[in-house]
Amino acid sequence: MSLTSRRALMLAPLGLAVAGGAGFYGMLRGMGTGSYDPRGVPSVLIGRAPPDFTLPPLAGSGKPAFAAAELRDLPSPVLVNYWASWCVPCIIEHPQLMRLSREGVPVWGINYKDKPQDAGAFLTRHGDPFARLAADESGRVAIDWGVYGVPETYFIDRQGIIRWRWAGPVTPEVLDGDIRPLLRRYA
Amino acid sequence: MKKLILALLLLAGPAFAVGLPSDMLPDPAQEQRARSIGRELRCMVCQNESIEESQASLARDLRLIVRERVAAGDSDQAVIRYIHDRYGDFVLLRPPFNLATLALWGMPVLALGAGLMGILLLRRRAATAEPAPLSPEEQARLAALEKDPTA
Repeated sequence: MSLTSRRALMLAPLGLAVAGGAGFYGMLRGMGTGSYDPRGVPSVLIGRAPPDFTLPPLAGSGKPAFAAAELRDLPSPVLVNYWASWCVPCIIEHPQLMRLSREGVPVWGINYKDKPQDAGAFLTRHGDPFARLAADESGRVAIDWGVYGVPETYFIDRQGIIRWRWAGPVTPEVLDGDIRPLLRRYA
Repeated sequence: MKKLILALLLLAGPAFAVGLPSDMLPDPAQEQRARSIGRELRCMVCQNESIEESQASLARDLRLIVRERVAAGDSDQAVIRYIHDRYGDFVLLRPPFNLATLALWGMPVLALGAGLMGILLLRRRAATAEPAPLSPEEQARLAALEKDPTA
């Protein structure tokens, strides 16, 4: 074995340790900023249209419901948000949804496994950002979307293709780091 | 009497699965199939349990869907495909072999290969480590040193 290849072999563990450290640092940083979630699961719907569904409106909300057919040929991208009044992270993300709705971004809500009166009370208390509001009382439509917990938010482009899914609350960082760039890109 | 009841309760213990008895299929063979399918599917909420073991409400919903599909006459593969279409590879407790799981499945082969390579390198080094015989000058110097270590 020549001297240079021997030296290279001796440096190999050091190189591996540096690469591993860099990867680990990146993961920790991502967990800190919220851009990396070790428990996150990619959605199979990315790049596809939402599954076929029809849902009733949320009783007492006075808002129209929506079906898969309404999520095609849109005048602008739409955010579909699964939420529930019993869901604590939904309270955390609510100001961001309100902000988007004030800015004119259509946010369509699907109320998940909830009682209409509880959902109504939640919206009276925290504000109502939803342009449309459907109710999925059994949670069956949510399963067709691959939802595994509320809140979950889907970005649907004008052609009706799902471009992005966020499982967890839409924090101000997610709003500025993910949703705003998506809105610019698919405007 | 108390002892008898206790004994019966202890005997009945293993029969209490996570699911409600009313959620089970009336046909024991179908219920058995549904359970073995459910044990292949990850609970997306708890992530380290199958939907058969989990108390999460989503796991119950999925257990009911599995039973619905089994009762409707779907094959085991069709039921698993139904859930896989919605939740992706992550829902399968036995991950499929594809490009994304290449590193996962390839790791034992890689580790074995690295180990074999290490052994081969060590053996080659041992084989080449045989030192060359001493030259006449070195032998003379060694003899001198053996006589007088200060030389």
